[in-house]
Amino acid sequence: MALAIVLIAMVVGSVIFHFWSPWWFTPLASNWGAMDATIMFTFWVTGAVFVAVNLFLAYCVIKFKHSPDRRSAYEPENSKLETWLTAITTVGVFAMLAPGLIVYKQFVQVPDDAVIFEAVGHQWQWSYRLPGKDGALGKADNRNVTFDNPLGVDPDDPWGQDDLIVVGAPAHILVDQPIRFNLRSKDVLHDFYVPQFRAKMDVVPGLVSYFWMTPTVTGTYEVLCAELCGVGHYNMRSKVVVDTAEDYALWLRSQRTFAETQGGQAPGGDPVERGEQLAQQQGCMACHSLDGSRGVGPTWQGMYGRTEVLADGSSVTADDAYLRESITNPNAKIVQGYPPVMAAYPFSDDDLDAIIAYFMSLSE
Amino acid sequence: MSGVIKTLASKPWLSGQDTVGAPADVEMFALPEQKVGLRVFFGVATSLFLLFIVSYRMRMYYEDWVPLQEPLLMWFNTGVLLFASVFMQLAKGRAAAASWQVAQRWLILGGAGAMAFVALQLLVWQQLAASGHFVSSNPSSSFFYLITAVHGVHIVGGILALAYIMLLSGGAEDRERYRMGIDLCTVYWHYLLIVWLVLFYMLLTT
Amino acid sequence: MAYADQDTGHHEGSNKFIWKYVFSQDHKVIAVQYGCTAIAVGLLALVLSWLMRMQIGFPGSLEFIDPTAYYQYVTMHGMIMVIYLLTAFFLGGFGNYLIPLMCGARDMVFPFLNMLSYWFYLVSVIILMSSYFVPGGPTGAGWTLYPPQAILQGTPGADWGIIMMLASLAVFIIAFTMGGLNYITTILQARCKGMTLMRMPLTIWSIFTATVLGLLAFPALFVSAVMLLFDRLLGTSFFMPYIVHMGQAMETSGGSPVLFQHLFWFFGHPEVYIVALPAFGLVSDILSTHARKNVFGYRMMVWAILAIGGISFIVWAHHMYVSGMNLYLGFFFATTTLIIAIPTAVKVYNWTLTLWHGNIHLNTPMLFAIGFISTFLIGGLTGLFLGNVAVDIPLSDTYFVVAHFHMVMAIAPVMVVFAAIYHWYPKMSGRMYNETMGKIHFWVTFIGTYLIYFPMHYLGFEGMPRRYYAYEGYEFISESAQGLNEYITVVAIFVGVLQFLFIYNMAVSLKYGKKAPANPWHATTLEWQTPDTPPCHGNWRDNLPVVYRWAYDYSVPGAEKDYIPQNVPGGHTEEDIEHGGDPQGAPA
Repeated sequence: MALAIVLIAMVVGSVIFHFWSPWWFTPLASNWGAMDATIMFTFWVTGAVFVAVNLFLAYCVIKFKHSPDRRSAYEPENSKLETWLTAITTVGVFAMLAPGLIVYKQFVQVPDDAVIFEAVGHQWQWSYRLPGKDGALGKADNRNVTFDNPLGVDPDDPWGQDDLIVVGAPAHILVDQPIRFNLRSKDVLHDFYVPQFRAKMDVVPGLVSYFWMTPTVTGTYEVLCAELCGVGHYNMRSKVVVDTAEDYALWLRSQRTFAETQGGQAPGGDPVERGEQLAQQQGCMACHSLDGSRGVGPTWQGMYGRTEVLADGSSVTADDAYLRESITNPNAKIVQGYPPVMAAYPFSDDDLDAIIAYFMSLSE
Repeated sequence: MSGVIKTLASKPWLSGQDTVGAPADVEMFALPEQKVGLRVFFGVATSLFLLFIVSYRMRMYYEDWVPLQEPLLMWFNTGVLLFASVFMQLAKGRAAAASWQVAQRWLILGGAGAMAFVALQLLVWQQLAASGHFVSSNPSSSFFYLITAVHGVHIVGGILALAYIMLLSGGAEDRERYRMGIDLCTVYWHYLLIVWLVLFYMLLTT
Repeated sequence: MAYADQDTGHHEGSNKFIWKYVFSQDHKVIAVQYGCTAIAVGLLALVLSWLMRMQIGFPGSLEFIDPTAYYQYVTMHGMIMVIYLLTAFFLGGFGNYLIPLMCGARDMVFPFLNMLSYWFYLVSVIILMSSYFVPGGPTGAGWTLYPPQAILQGTPGADWGIIMMLASLAVFIIAFTMGGLNYITTILQARCKGMTLMRMPLTIWSIFTATVLGLLAFPALFVSAVMLLFDRLLGTSFFMPYIVHMGQAMETSGGSPVLFQHLFWFFGHPEVYIVALPAFGLVSDILSTHARKNVFGYRMMVWAILAIGGISFIVWAHHMYVSGMNLYLGFFFATTTLIIAIPTAVKVYNWTLTLWHGNIHLNTPMLFAIGFISTFLIGGLTGLFLGNVAVDIPLSDTYFVVAHFHMVMAIAPVMVVFAAIYHWYPKMSGRMYNETMGKIHFWVTFIGTYLIYFPMHYLGFEGMPRRYYAYEGYEFISESAQGLNEYITVVAIFVGVLQFLFIYNMAVSLKYGKKAPANPWHATTLEWQTPDTPPCHGNWRDNLPVVYRWAYDYSVPGAEKDYIPQNVPGGHTEEDIEHGGDPQGAPA
């Protein structure tokens, strides 16, 4: 009896929870409402089965509870009933499969008018590349990656010269314009995921994967990584801003082309500002916070001049020499409690001066 | 096969002929259990080798694949393995006729043939390394070393089993067990020969 | 000559402790060894899950849990639970114990190999545990061990931990193969006279099918593990493309990470059925016994087991819908995946219909068995969401997936683990366990796990990603989600701690439990008809049993008792059943 009550309570409770739950889809910001609709339809079908079978279970538990004068039926099979149940189930299964495959067909076929947008993932940040005025993305490959060419754009490909490169900053896309996201990885598997867009796809080194969507609501959306990619996986964040036409045009104008990034940095200007810019461009904030919180790497707040305890137990002061070494040869000294996973960043001496100046500003 | 389908469609809650007289024997195969066990093992090993073959055939279509030129020695090795199987089969025949001394001699040859095969395969590895093809040089060489290694490990397992059978039951005590051991090893030798022929063909032609 | 005919009737075991209890070749001892090892390592994985939940529910509360440690817990918890607990327990534990007994055999056909299989399993566990003692600690690549990350810096254990993991898996696969050869050959060849295939209990059908799946699918894991080891140790490029890692160009090129995923999931999907099918079989027998009613639709149940086994080999890429593989494959795999739901649903109906018109005794095994039906129902239904490719795309790698696989792989089969242990405990130990403790264990576990995992699905709808160390500062995640995580953590730890009541009950009842009769549940299958309880070495004393009827003659119309064991002569035709009478059914 108690069991029946619990089963019924589970059913009732689950249904109530479903309708009451504050935890539900994020507001849809893309054309993929069809995915939501398929989920809802699946809910109705599976929900009906869930309720029916559980209630029947409860009924059996009540009605056929053991009593001394009860005798079970002897029913090895009932072909008619079993055939009916199998048939109904088959119908139900295909009723869910069919709309799902129809939606999937749309997902697989990229619209002809989709513009291309490339997202490049690597441990643990996102970078982006847009075709420039020539409307085409230049060839790119990991073999072309250098410190100054982090996305590996082929320098000999004329189509790539005007590509816009966005590193360490949010991506912008135009509302109501279908986009085909081309996805590349420089190192390991990642997954480009924006919950409000619904569509997602793994980012695989050695191939270019893709998905397409049309953003329908302007706003700023968070980008997450959805494929375990190491200790920084949970912090591999970025943002995508869906712009109106005007804002988008404004943003486009302020981006640098690939050709411009190859020209080298002009020295001069406020070192602290330049240091901050360099740090952002290289994506340092993926692992180093500015507010004191612990990330994959030590926080930069108050770092300059701080006494750090190293992995081998010795102490060191975070002065100029130490910080320069930590950037250009990070594995030489590891702060205790942090994994030795930082890449080397061979900045020029001028750049390093700027970055150190930025660090000092964070300790004031 | 139709027997299996008929069985699966029967209604076991109804009495059959089994209630009258002694119920029938029910084992699936008219084979001793050791032979059934070995054949089940062949299913596992076949799955393993097939999966290596599938992986090979998927990888070989990528751009960086450079077909490997196998040393001619491998043809000789294949011949050695063929002879080893022949010797084992002769041993099996002699054991069935209870000519134990003769059988033992063929067994030694069969075992020696398998050992020679392994040694010669290692020589092939050496030749490849000498000509600059290391395990990480190219996917084709990676697969070559990997596949020949897996096959070789199975051969070594067979040699160990044969040694156990010869050393521990070669005596007069348990002829039945000895004969069973020889039968099993012979079938195993033949299986690995067939596997090798398939692998060899694949390695040669890609 | 039939295997059964070779039986000489007496079976001397050695009396020295080491040969009787340590290096024993008795399938019952080996089964207990497997079971205890699996539970011990499973308890470790349970503790790891508490640590994970502490980090998610109360971030930063346990200072030693940094991202490295967290991902190591995630990986070890998953791998231990799936392989070293569930697979080992259902097949090495229950398979070993029940196959010879239910088939009327004295032991497995290859007892020495069977013993070896346990020791290889133990060695594989030791190798896995040794990853805690190597530099860098265990691997933190997730139980799926995807390259390139699994063997590169940036993932914990990329130096040594991954090597220990892969080596441990290779040894486990060898152990499994040794055991599997035994299970298949024994079931095919060593059944006693009269035990035709269709008279076998569903437990045997399901373990048989699961073993076939394992023997064919584990090689895929072996292949992928060996190739990954080569990539890690020898610099090959099976799975490693050209990458620039941490600013350094690597020397590998041309390999395919997606190839690893195909190989892994070609193993991985049958693996979940290797765990689920034995649960299906065991629960059918338990439901039948305690409802005093034959399994409804036995033939369909057998066909469904075989169909599920077969189809399970062609659904694997539903784990790879967003892997970057050719998108057109999604159509095929979505279809096969939803098709496999049909025989599975048939089984759910038949379990429920077994209870209908039954005479249900709600003791502890039955409670857990019914709990299985309910939890498997929801676990399976959520699989329909994920199998449908268009629906999987937004939900993949979210907590919806975590909730789904815990419900269907962890909760439901574990309900059967408990049901089966309680059900066969009297036969295995000769004692009865404490029923009150058993019931408390059931209620807390059943209600508690539902309370944990049902709401978790909704975190997945919200888009909350899985395998995240922390969720700070994400605007799209509602504030209350953190509260829900706290609540889940608290319930999880409570339910987890209560499992020790079960351990206590099992241990204490061994000594102080009431002595159990040979057949306390009045069950029909052969293991309950042994002359000794617990069964002696060789199981049947002088004479092997002879089987005259199928495994489910409960409440036969016209029979005096509400059960007739399989080895009681007699039988009935269609008419007998209709008119009520078992002409030769022996009384009392």
